[in-house]
Amino acid sequence: MVLGGDEPTGSLVRPYAVTRGRTRPQLEIALEALVETTARGRAGQFLGGREQKVIVDLCGGRLQSLAEIAARMEVPLGVARVLVADMAADGLLAVHEPTGFSDDPGADESVGTELLERVLSGLRRL
Amino acid sequence: MNSPADTSRVTSAKIVIAGGFGVGKTTLVGSVSEITPLTTEAIMTSASEGVDDNNLVPDKATTTVAMDFGRITIDQDLILYLFGTPGQTRFWFMWDELVRGAIGAIVLVDTRRLADCFSVIDFFEHRKLPYLVAVNCFDGKQMHDLQDIRDALQVSQDVPLMYTDARNRESTKQVLIKLVEYVLSMRRTRTVGVG
Ligand SMILES: Nc1nc2c(ncn2[C@@H]2O[C@H](COP(=O)(O)OP(=O)(O)OP(=O)(O)O)[C@@H](O)[C@H]2O)c(=O)[nH]1
Ligand SMILES: [Mg+2]
Repeated sequence: MVLGGDEPTGSLVRPYAVTRGRTRPQLEIALEALVETTARGRAGQFLGGREQKVIVDLCGGRLQSLAEIAARMEVPLGVARVLVADMAADGLLAVHEPTGFSDDPGADESVGTELLERVLSGLRRL
Repeated sequence: MNSPADTSRVTSAKIVIAGGFGVGKTTLVGSVSEITPLTTEAIMTSASEGVDDNNLVPDKATTTVAMDFGRITIDQDLILYLFGTPGQTRFWFMWDELVRGAIGAIVLVDTRRLADCFSVIDFFEHRKLPYLVAVNCFDGKQMHDLQDIRDALQVSQDVPLMYTDARNRESTKQVLIKLVEYVLSMRRTRTVGVG
């Protein structure tokens, strides 16, 4: 856990309280999209609230996916998505989208194939 | 080469681990993941459609679905995630998001409860997501002929089918490698077919 676990309810934040009830993020962010703290985020003075501080710390070292942020903060995925999207819009975070492997006929297959080959050799090295 | 500070080419990919209740999905993810599998929850509210940006979400019926996942750093700029599907297939809303953009899926089966994976296989075929079938040997023995299992599941000869031990890192690694090789071979076939 990232935050102290001493809250009597055991729950970090009330879902949707931190997002003021919004359920729709400004950006669609994939589960596996990687999130990175920017220099502006690291600077600290632009942060609005405890959750933002937690996310900035979490993503300041190695990159974390949206799913990891939600899991480590113990908030539902939708809540994490709204928080991250807002912070990305404020330049506090950078979001690296995954390389999707959709089989759309129009998709650029060479990009996916190169990545698959990298995944394959990475797995063989494990 | 990227310098460590240049993260502009950073990206990620995912593989879905599916199968019936208690078939060993979390065990499989944990056997190769560099982190202890994490769990995240998605909440679906029936009211979420059309909720105004500034309105509070009213207390409507909600469904919570938990899924777990692991992580494998392939390179400093490429991270692979393994997502275990929720045990119950009735939560299809989460499955859409899980499979979107995935490399492919591993369907874990338990020969004592083969039928548990029927709906999962139907779903992947419908979505045209490449998958392979991995038979988890709970009894430690490979008691069944793979062709019999293939017939029972009614999957085509092209779909890779193999035994695995979800607890074993090397075994899981071979299953993942097989899946990626299969996806690559499908792409090559298609390219040749078009050209
Ligand atoms: N003997 C044996 N036991 C296994 C194997 N794989 C998993 N198990 C055990 O089976 C039980 C269920 O495994 P899980 O990994 O939790 O299964 P799951 O598919 O994630 O279950 P749900 O998420 O509840 O659907 C656990 O007690 C595992 O230790 C295996 O290959 N052999
Ligand atoms: Mg599980």
